[in-house]
Amino acid sequence: MSNLIEIRWHGRGGQGAKTASLLLADAAFNTGKYIQGFPEYGPERMGAPITAYNRISDEPITIHSNIYEPDYVVVVDDTLLASVPVTAGLKKEGAIVINTTKSPEKLKELLKGYEGAIYTIDARKISEEALGRYFPNTPMLAAIVKVTGIMTDEELLADMKNSFKHKFAKKPEVIDGNMKALELALKEVKKI
Amino acid sequence: MSIRERLSGNEATAVAMKQINPDVVAAFPITPSTEIPQYFSTFVANGEVDTEFVAVESEHSAMSATIGAEAAGARAMTATSANGLSLMWEMIYIASSLRLPIVMALVNRAVSGPLNIHNDHSDAMGVRDAGWIMLFSENNQEAYDNMLMAHRIAEHKDVLLPVMICQDGFITSHSIENIQLETDEEVKKFVGQYKPEHYLLNDKEPIAIGPLDLQAYLFEHKAQQAEAMRNAKKVIKEVAEDFEKWTGRKYEFFEKYKLDDAEMAIVCMNSTAGTTKAVVDKLREQGVKAGLLKIRMFRPFPVEEVAEALSHLKAVAVLDKADSLNGAGGALFEDVTSAMYVNNKFVPMVNYVYGIGGRDTTEMQIESVYSDLAKIVETGKVDNPYRYLGLRKGEN
Repeated sequence: MSNLIEIRWHGRGGQGAKTASLLLADAAFNTGKYIQGFPEYGPERMGAPITAYNRISDEPITIHSNIYEPDYVVVVDDTLLASVPVTAGLKKEGAIVINTTKSPEKLKELLKGYEGAIYTIDARKISEEALGRYFPNTPMLAAIVKVTGIMTDEELLADMKNSFKHKFAKKPEVIDGNMKALELALKEVKKI
Repeated sequence: MSIRERLSGNEATAVAMKQINPDVVAAFPITPSTEIPQYFSTFVANGEVDTEFVAVESEHSAMSATIGAEAAGARAMTATSANGLSLMWEMIYIASSLRLPIVMALVNRAVSGPLNIHNDHSDAMGVRDAGWIMLFSENNQEAYDNMLMAHRIAEHKDVLLPVMICQDGFITSHSIENIQLETDEEVKKFVGQYKPEHYLLNDKEPIAIGPLDLQAYLFEHKAQQAEAMRNAKKVIKEVAEDFEKWTGRKYEFFEKYKLDDAEMAIVCMNSTAGTTKAVVDKLREQGVKAGLLKIRMFRPFPVEEVAEALSHLKAVAVLDKADSLNGAGGALFEDVTSAMYVNNKFVPMVNYVYGIGGRDTTEMQIESVYSDLAKIVETGKVDNPYRYLGLRKGEN
């Protein structure tokens, strides 16, 4: 399974990291891939560190364990950098995508010598601008799609528009804001 | 024409139940099976099924209501996990001894205590002698497919036993994965209508179900249950053959993965078999002759077939996701070793108790089992056959 991509999400309960991993699985599924999307269930509480996972491949996936050597890591909350070993096992040919406004120097220090690519995005600014509230998961979804290149921007936007229509059938007013959050995030994620 | 979808194991089970459209579902929520009755009650509320959904006050009542419905002549289903199954205990035996072809989804979870909501097989192992047919599922697809086959097996006149479809809690029940679904119409055609021969609501034939059964008959009735369990093998095979003709997906008593030319093999059930397949592929690339035997049909146990399938190997490891706490190995190990002995096959065999309480089972752990087996092949010595996999050292 040489084309297998493994992604690990780190977030805090309530930020939607689990939902983002399921949305990513959905979007990749819709481009014809084999997918897995699963959270690591623990004693979930608002604000507690949580982990979620994705496997994406052109071939059927049979492995049923957590991911220990991810190709990519997404950090939805940069306060986790000090307390959770987010780069554990992360391949150096891979990348980490962080929702942060911290300086590159500070991030490098917090990542304790991780040699792979580091991408950042200010998901708070994007979310507040697009949605008027802080929901970091939508911008982070767009950021990881951009960094991994598992689908084109157009494929993601078309697919998410469709999925938001179902997800927010009872509150259509938030669809445009979420679409805007995706568009902004696709543009603003950057390598440091 | 099958439909490409992505669903969790619980969603897949609920969709199968929707397509089966049983007369009665009675259930009580318990993690990690809660989503099954939750999704199903949505189908009821939306009018997508015409099932009578009974929101009971406990699992004992869930199984009791299911028994009542099935005895009345209805097709009845339920779902549970762990301590929910424990609370059903009394009624589990009554369901099978009254020969009621109930179908239940069991989303495997550790039985307390201390309290744990995660996966192992201690719930299923607790009812392995209760007279239920037990089929295990590696992933969402198998949970769905086994569910579609369950009624044809349970309701067959030579069987008339309840069926339990097992899958791993959280690991598959809550993981979104690809799946091929069949159309409602074709499922309906395959499953067929339930036509019980004897039932309480038949006013032409007044009968009693479950009366006093003392020294004069209980023994004979138990022997009939055992006979039905033996008959189930033939029926499970026939139903799987029909299923394969319909969907192209092949199911046997167990799956042999690169086993026929293997020197050593792992025997296990449910999701760990998938992880083991990935490890077998990796080892095969390195020229290691590793194989897997994944048990699907745990009850009845395919004694002769397992013995035959393992007889050519030089070493076998049986993985138990529940400890029997008897100081002598897990339930699956006992079944496999006993099958070998009775059929005059001898292969060095070791047991690993693993994955207890949701301890993650990694590719690295599975690889370590194959390297242990390679040592046994090399030296011919087993030493301690009762082992742990993934237990932290120095803390046991």
